[in-house]
Amino acid sequence: MRQLRIIPDRCTGCMQCELACSFVQTGTFQPSRSVIRVYVFDEQASYAPYTCFQCDEAWCMTACPVNAIALDPATGAKVVLDSVCVGCAVCTIACPYGTVFYNPDTHKAFKCDLCGGDPACVTACPTEAIAYVEMGQPDWLASWAQRVSTGVQALQEGGSA
Amino acid sequence: MMYGWTGTLLRVNLTTRQISKEPLREEWARDFIGGRGLGARYLFAEVDPQIDPLSPENKLIFATGPLTGTNASCGARYMVVTKGPLTNAITTSNSGGHWGPELKAAGYDLLIVEGRAATPCYLWIYDDRVEIRDAGHLWGKTVWEAEEHLRQELGVPDAIVASIGPAGEKLVRFACIMNDLHRAAGRSGVGAVMGSKQLKAIAVRGTGGVRLADPHAFFAAHWAMKVKLRESPVTSQGLPIYGTEVLVNVINEHGALPTRNHQQSVFERAEEISGERLTETRLVANKACFACTIACGRVTALPGEAAGKYMVTTHPHNWQIAGEGPEYEAAWALGAQCGIGDLDALIKANWLCNELGMDAISFGATVAAAMELYEKGAISLAQTEIPLTFGSAEALLVMAEKTAYREGFGHELAEGSKRMTEKFGRPELFMGVKGQEFAAYEARAIQGMGLGYATSNRGACHLKAYTVAAEILGLPRQMDPRATEGKAELTKLFQDATATVDATGLCQFLTFGIGLEEILPQLVAATGVQYTLEELLKIGERIWNLERWWNERAGLTGKDDTLPRRILEEPLPSGPAKGQVNRLGEMLPEYYRLRGWDAEGRITREKLQELGLV
Repeated sequence: MRQLRIIPDRCTGCMQCELACSFVQTGTFQPSRSVIRVYVFDEQASYAPYTCFQCDEAWCMTACPVNAIALDPATGAKVVLDSVCVGCAVCTIACPYGTVFYNPDTHKAFKCDLCGGDPACVTACPTEAIAYVEMGQPDWLASWAQRVSTGVQALQEGGSA
Repeated sequence: MMYGWTGTLLRVNLTTRQISKEPLREEWARDFIGGRGLGARYLFAEVDPQIDPLSPENKLIFATGPLTGTNASCGARYMVVTKGPLTNAITTSNSGGHWGPELKAAGYDLLIVEGRAATPCYLWIYDDRVEIRDAGHLWGKTVWEAEEHLRQELGVPDAIVASIGPAGEKLVRFACIMNDLHRAAGRSGVGAVMGSKQLKAIAVRGTGGVRLADPHAFFAAHWAMKVKLRESPVTSQGLPIYGTEVLVNVINEHGALPTRNHQQSVFERAEEISGERLTETRLVANKACFACTIACGRVTALPGEAAGKYMVTTHPHNWQIAGEGPEYEAAWALGAQCGIGDLDALIKANWLCNELGMDAISFGATVAAAMELYEKGAISLAQTEIPLTFGSAEALLVMAEKTAYREGFGHELAEGSKRMTEKFGRPELFMGVKGQEFAAYEARAIQGMGLGYATSNRGACHLKAYTVAAEILGLPRQMDPRATEGKAELTKLFQDATATVDATGLCQFLTFGIGLEEILPQLVAATGVQYTLEELLKIGERIWNLERWWNERAGLTGKDDTLPRRILEEPLPSGPAKGQVNRLGEMLPEYYRLRGWDAEGRITREKLQELGLV
């Protein structure tokens, strides 16, 4: 299954991804309604686009009281069903990554649905900082978690020596 | 409903504290597009050209274009239009970053600030909620401090801030308005106008969007433009890899890099301050403005020992952090023009100019003029307190702080080089036009630039007719920089086309890769107005004439369309352009004729009628 892969080093902070995403969401250029957000760290001169990585745990799905978030079997995306969503915003709180949003205009939750398999942000990015690729490891945090636990293990072993 | 434009103008009177929203004049929007054009139209209608630029009667107009805030490549720009305190003429200062698009997202095409606040204040615009707030605690803060402080105070991390530094507060005549920390509406002293209104900052958060008339056609045009930008070596390689600084070596090799207040035009240490050197040694990352697919911005940092080399008193802790620049113009003004070849010193000086909020071009050029005054004995060590010799990086850095705060000799520098050289009895050492200093191209080596400088409506400026593109870079076709033939026509064409680009909300750097032909379909698809290519050029001409007309009423005449004696009479002493002067006299009459003005450069009634201005 393909996933969004983000390479922050390539990001220039131009917001083309936010513009493309918001156009898909609203039909206007409205970055405040984008579900991919570019975070700017001026002091480190670094920029990082950030969006839902369709995590396995899917706290948003678990938390939804009306089952308005469904799994798209084709892409693996967790998708908000507008017709079911009652706008309680519990999913926005449940998501540990802050990538589910509440739209005050429509009173619905909204999040990345991978554009049904052709993400607009990927097409828009001029520096290929966002890719939609097959990934051996489906969970972004897994490799990091692996490193951390290895590190902890090494520390523990080191401590005993 | 309007497309492209939001259709709303925000007006804030700081004297009466009245805030009002009014519908945009649609016929003006159609005839002047936006940005520079629409801003000039409102200034023309509302501001008496005779007023003192630093009086409450002056207005400060922030104008976006219909493509600002869309995903059109480089659609990030806003224009500050006002009467400039450096030139006493109309000024149109352009900036990128994220502020313009944010104003648009908040729902406004234009913001007009009027009057003068009784005490320091700032504006907080959150969509349709607009407040004038007390800024007593922000007054005196640098640009970086003010931005950080405002975001915290407002509790809105996404707020975008445009502000002035101490230089704007102290009415330094070339103070700028800074946004996104390092982006500047730089020239002609727009920051001093903001300071005179006691307006420290304008924080904006917008959650709305920009609507398109024909999204399908818009995206088709958008992709065509993106492909062209990728095909152009300047926009796909030169600017992204080396930034604007790529020009240092190029211009120097043509003998056109003004050096030591235009005493020479080849800088022997150009290599050390070039884009290549900057990229190899001090570049941290590229930074793009909103929607920009070029990303020429240079994020730079100095390693520890270099950062500590020249001690300055303003916020030394910030030296450990990455800043932006210098860009080509700044590297030239602070570097070659002052005879300084130490890149680290230039990075630091540029950083100081941004942090303190002043135009690095005019500041560097004014220091250079002071250095010549010093070396020629017109000013003494007793006055300057530090030897102002060409090549002294220490003097440059010390004077940056002194100028912004108007301390000691900085008080003289803060008036700009025209007033300073006059005061010390050597007005011929002022290198500029209409009170504003030249940019980084020697008019004796590039004839067309001389005509462009002389006739520019806001004083010497490289951004109103960048004939360097044709004369040096060969875009769209190569012309001989030493020849005067065809330069009047070239200058007029560039002036008009540039005015149009400036009105759309796009960045001029696009035009290295594309022309009005590519911009046209995007503008039409965004606005729904069926412009033609001919009309776009006509709009540019209309804007140019309107600016000129306003200047005429401010008291400027054809006599102001001139160059300093050094440029017209003293042949260049060395380099590839050795022996040349600028032959303005060969170009100017033809230029006036092509413009449809009379022999003295006065706009004719017929021209105004033709352009629909009367």
